[in-house]
Amino acid sequence: MTRSTSLTINGETHVVDVDHRTTLLDLLRHHLDLTGTKKGCDHGQCGACTILVNDRRINACLTLACMHDGDDITTIEGLGTPDDLSAMQKAFIKHDGFQCGYCTAGQICSATAMLKEAKAGWPSNVSSSLDGKGALSNEEISERMSGNLCRCSAYTGIVNAIREAAGETGQ
Amino acid sequence: MKQFDYSRATSTSDATRAASVHGSAIIAGGTNLIDLMKLEVMSPDVLVDINRLDLHQITPTQDGGLRIGALVTNSDLAAHETVRRDYEVLSRALLAGASGQLRNKATTGGNLLQRTRCAYFYDTAMPCNKREPGSGCHARDGFNRILAILGTSEHCIATHPSDMAVAMMALDAVVEVENTTGDTRKIALDDLYCLPGSTPDVETVLQRGDLITAVLLPQPKAGLHVYRKVRDRSSYAFALVSVAAVAQMDAGKIAQISLAFGGLAPKPWRNQQVEAALTGQAPSEALFDQAADILLAEAQGFGANDFKIPLSRRTLKAVLRTVTETSQ
Repeated sequence: MTRSTSLTINGETHVVDVDHRTTLLDLLRHHLDLTGTKKGCDHGQCGACTILVNDRRINACLTLACMHDGDDITTIEGLGTPDDLSAMQKAFIKHDGFQCGYCTAGQICSATAMLKEAKAGWPSNVSSSLDGKGALSNEEISERMSGNLCRCSAYTGIVNAIREAAGETGQ
Repeated sequence: MKQFDYSRATSTSDATRAASVHGSAIIAGGTNLIDLMKLEVMSPDVLVDINRLDLHQITPTQDGGLRIGALVTNSDLAAHETVRRDYEVLSRALLAGASGQLRNKATTGGNLLQRTRCAYFYDTAMPCNKREPGSGCHARDGFNRILAILGTSEHCIATHPSDMAVAMMALDAVVEVENTTGDTRKIALDDLYCLPGSTPDVETVLQRGDLITAVLLPQPKAGLHVYRKVRDRSSYAFALVSVAAVAQMDAGKIAQISLAFGGLAPKPWRNQQVEAALTGQAPSEALFDQAADILLAEAQGFGANDFKIPLSRRTLKAVLRTVTETSQ
């Protein structure tokens, strides 16, 4: 059982006929050859598959492609290119925000969207006040990024990279 | 994952009609359902996608409360200005749950109806009375560290995993439900959930074809709002024990208090006797112990989760100290 679905991915429109069971993650990797997005646990626990749907970060493994007809999707391939890296991508390289690199695409997509959430004044579980005006401390970054695991434990570099990118985007 | 048909509801009546068919399941955020479908713990024949319905708004009600559309995401609800200001315990509970990615997808209605994380429910190689009625429960004598100490039965000791619902319970939330005939009814959140008894597969009073359209919060409760969650790691983990508390002090005494508990029972747990014992009293360690005695009078551990009995006492007492000291 399939359904015709139209999605805009990194600015390009794709019309695909997908089995209802196809997750958004499998559509990207297996049908559209956008293999930058990684499959880690496939159960929403590791964050390796984090992408942006309509500008919000989600786990691509826990949603079905057929549910996203008309949606605007950004993957790691849409954030920057090898010749024109995004500020977050540059900061991850500068601060060694990875070791094996498997979680990195998810980390960078997640962090990019997370900065927008913080800028919009969304509080977190560690915010002392709910007013959303607190500084983006290391503790805040760690809490807001807790949906992205790094088994190499490059967390120090990841936090430093996000801090730098946050500065560049006016945080 | 087993094959299924997919339909996209264009109206609430369309959704209730499609959901009334045997074997159908409503899908909203899907963060729990899709996982359960991958594991074939749940295998619906038809998914009814309600994401295009107009249930995304948070609006004030005529009686000074708040109406939260069933499709409002956990992120939007936690960040909503009125919720942050007037229903702080709800924002706090939402922010204590899941991850940023999941909160962006998980919805208000779906959060209420999420399934237990009991490992035996998830493992289709094991018996489970909730997944397969009559097959037995191996959790009682097995790995039950995260499971319930209150409201259990010989057939099931699963916990309800939500943080959001615990805060809503303390706030006297009401669930708005539309049925297949287009009628809308209101169910107090406490009455939405069933205890397992001999039918742990029946988790709520909802009938086939019912659609949760909104959660209604009454007027804000004055006083200090606290959500305290104890878990195995400091972020992105389910509660071992959680306490939602709203308390107001007057002249050194507890004028009003409402309390709800997560991680302890098959449903978000509320015991009005605990609140009655505290109301009108001056805070003291003895009083707090008395409240914990009432809460835990019928608590039963199953070995690995015995620790939850003293842990819930300590957590409740810590929360009571916080809300009575700082809201004098």
